[in-house]
Amino acid sequence: MKWEYMSNKIKVALAGNPNSGKTTLFNALTGSRQHVGNYPGVTVERKETKCKYNGIEITVVDLPGIYSLTPYSIEELVARNFIFQEKPDVIIDVIDSSNLERNLYLAIQFIELDVPLLLVFNMIDEAISKGYHIDIKLLSRLLNTPVVTTVASKGEGIDDIFKTVVALAGNRNQASSSIIKYGKEIDSQINILSDYLLNKNIMNGKYAFKWLAIKLLEEDSEIIQEINKNCDNSEEILSLSSKCRDYLQSFFGEKPERIIGDKRYGFINGLCKETVYLAQEDRISTSEKIDSVLTNRILGIPIFILFMWIVFQLTFTLGNPPMRLIEFCIGSLGRFIAFFMNDGILRSLIVDGVIGGVGGVLVFLPNILLLFLALAVLEDTGYMARVAFIVDKLMHFIGLHGKSFIPLLIGFGCSVPAILGTRTIENRKDRIITILVVPFMSCGARLPVYTLLIGAFFSSAVAGNVLFSIYITGFLLAILMAGIFKKFLFPGESTPFVMELPPYRIPTLKSVIIHMWEHTWLYLQKAGTILLSLSILIWFLTNFPQNITYSKDYENNIKSARENFVINMEPLAQKLNVSIEDIDKNEDIKKIIENLKTLKQSEDAVKQGELLKYQYGELYNLSVNYMELQNYIAGQMEEKQREKLGVSYAGRMGKVLEPFISPLGFDWKIGVALFSGFAAKEVIVSTLGTIYSLEEADENSISLREALKKDKIFSPLVAYTLMIFILIYSPCIATIVVVWKETNSYFWPLFMIFYTICLAWILAFFIYQGGRLLGLN
Amino acid sequence: MRTLLDLKTGEKAIVKKITGYSLIHRRLLDMGIVSGTCVQLVKSAPLGDPLEFKIKGYHLSLRKSEASTVEIM
Repeated sequence: MKWEYMSNKIKVALAGNPNSGKTTLFNALTGSRQHVGNYPGVTVERKETKCKYNGIEITVVDLPGIYSLTPYSIEELVARNFIFQEKPDVIIDVIDSSNLERNLYLAIQFIELDVPLLLVFNMIDEAISKGYHIDIKLLSRLLNTPVVTTVASKGEGIDDIFKTVVALAGNRNQASSSIIKYGKEIDSQINILSDYLLNKNIMNGKYAFKWLAIKLLEEDSEIIQEINKNCDNSEEILSLSSKCRDYLQSFFGEKPERIIGDKRYGFINGLCKETVYLAQEDRISTSEKIDSVLTNRILGIPIFILFMWIVFQLTFTLGNPPMRLIEFCIGSLGRFIAFFMNDGILRSLIVDGVIGGVGGVLVFLPNILLLFLALAVLEDTGYMARVAFIVDKLMHFIGLHGKSFIPLLIGFGCSVPAILGTRTIENRKDRIITILVVPFMSCGARLPVYTLLIGAFFSSAVAGNVLFSIYITGFLLAILMAGIFKKFLFPGESTPFVMELPPYRIPTLKSVIIHMWEHTWLYLQKAGTILLSLSILIWFLTNFPQNITYSKDYENNIKSARENFVINMEPLAQKLNVSIEDIDKNEDIKKIIENLKTLKQSEDAVKQGELLKYQYGELYNLSVNYMELQNYIAGQMEEKQREKLGVSYAGRMGKVLEPFISPLGFDWKIGVALFSGFAAKEVIVSTLGTIYSLEEADENSISLREALKKDKIFSPLVAYTLMIFILIYSPCIATIVVVWKETNSYFWPLFMIFYTICLAWILAFFIYQGGRLLGLN
Repeated sequence: MRTLLDLKTGEKAIVKKITGYSLIHRRLLDMGIVSGTCVQLVKSAPLGDPLEFKIKGYHLSLRKSEASTVEIM
């Protein structure tokens, strides 16, 4: 293998088993800048950092945590390809010192690559306290590989790592692969194959020949594929390798890959017998004591529910005040800027488009930070694996992995952090299926819409049941769709649940904070920018075109109404000694109008009105007239707004959509509301407010409820159909963008929009048409 | 044929072999379930499945369906 090396720059790959403290070590090595991204084409996270040691720039790339170098998991393939394609100067393999046998299994596969390798025996303190005594010097000599011991969480041994890495990078002739013995029979076949490969100089020595020979004996699918693609004499190579395989198969009566695996562990077993001494074999560790409570048959589930409750409350209840604060600050900033700008398109763009868009990005921050805090703690303590352990039976029943549980739970709060939280699921299939069904967990933003519609069309006696039926529909759909996706999108064998239950550990503050910050930053950086541009797009669609010829001259209507008022009321005003120009500043009139407005909603309005009239006399008449003028102006403005929305691009889309949604009992107004719901589900309420010409409508707004009730298009059946539609149809933009970024593909977010809209339509169709047949409309 | 499923809580056994050659079995091998290894059933999950085993000094959880493919002596 050729290793390009420049004396002042070193590239290091950091590898190791999951739970070996690799991330902690990475953070301990970390220089000033960390770069987090994905490996090209896959969703595996790639972290990189640069540090300086004695004037040498060392780039450390964090490889995914792996147990072996087979091509059967994305992570292992990514790690392998990285090593062959990017040719790091040194590989550091991090090893959990108290779990040597299994960790060394990966290490000896690295040794076979014949690359400069450093073994880091991490958490050596833990191993010592558990009673292990490891002869490091002997082990290092037997493996012909340098070994450094560290306690990464305390920063111990970091300097030794740098020192050894620099020395290794300068001296790259490490060839230790001959150290590992598979026994006479296998070794002889390896030699036959590797000699052949060496003679033909297969693939110019991209892979170490011995390693390539072993991979051929193991029938490594990726390697065979590559040989088929790149070698002219591939048939010859493969026939030789199958001859060797056949020989071994007949000799051992077992597949060669199985024997090779056995022999590797056998080799390690021998190695450990010589170098590791364990004081007391069967001692019950503290971790095991903790686990006997946390995954206890009886206590396990209540404790689990308690922890999940804490995670949910932490994310949403604790996240709520800072969220409100962010909303308030964004709102204030908007008003502040609006104050200094003239009314117009630029102001609307800045206030509604840009600031609104930034707000839409920032508003998720508290939730995301807190969720990742919780996830980091669960992951670093080791409880996350127990979550999967406890709920796996349940989740496996619906075709998912135990680790899908937390994202689904978080989905009831908000899909955005939930989808970011699927990062804890290692398997890509399980991760994508979980992402696809998360939006069915009805999120917090949809609740205001339900509240509005249920409040308007259902009595308080059934309101709770109606709401519950919506949530349960979403939950059942998630189960159903997960099953369908598993069967049709990802057929084949289900994901193995071969999962390590790592010992419980106390997480370090540093690693929790880094974990939390990294994911939040990733969200801001990736999703934030796109989200902002899409909010501006939606603002554009609902505000343009600008130059509309209105059906009525609203401005003129308002102007003449005002003039008429002045002409008619001037004498009365003069008589009462009220300036008609400053009528809006008159305290008495203000008070009367305020009183009148509250009257409208109470029972004995007429009687109270008479009382006011009696009290204020002619001033009352003036006030009533002025109030009527105010109402007229507001009505004209709102009508104008509604007409504007009607001809806006969004409105036109609503009208174009009408034929498609009329079988569901919806009209173009609902179409526009649904379209706006694409920005964020709660926006549906304010859009309906605009359409029904009500300022500042929220879900508790009585007038909006009344307006909906008055509209003939609505009935309880249509309202219910609409709620089901809103539950299912396309998730909001923020979710879509996060799905795009997390799956690293256009396909999944587009598929998600498409299938949810189809599903929403079909279900809504059956509910509406079925309801009509039953005479419910 | 005795498999890991036949173990009682706390009981130990020596692995004879893994039956089957799919991805799951490859994974089991990589995790250290090889012939001659000592495996102990630590407990089963509160809902009965999966199971927790102790092997080579660490804890590994397997579904019953997976555990049933590991033959013991």
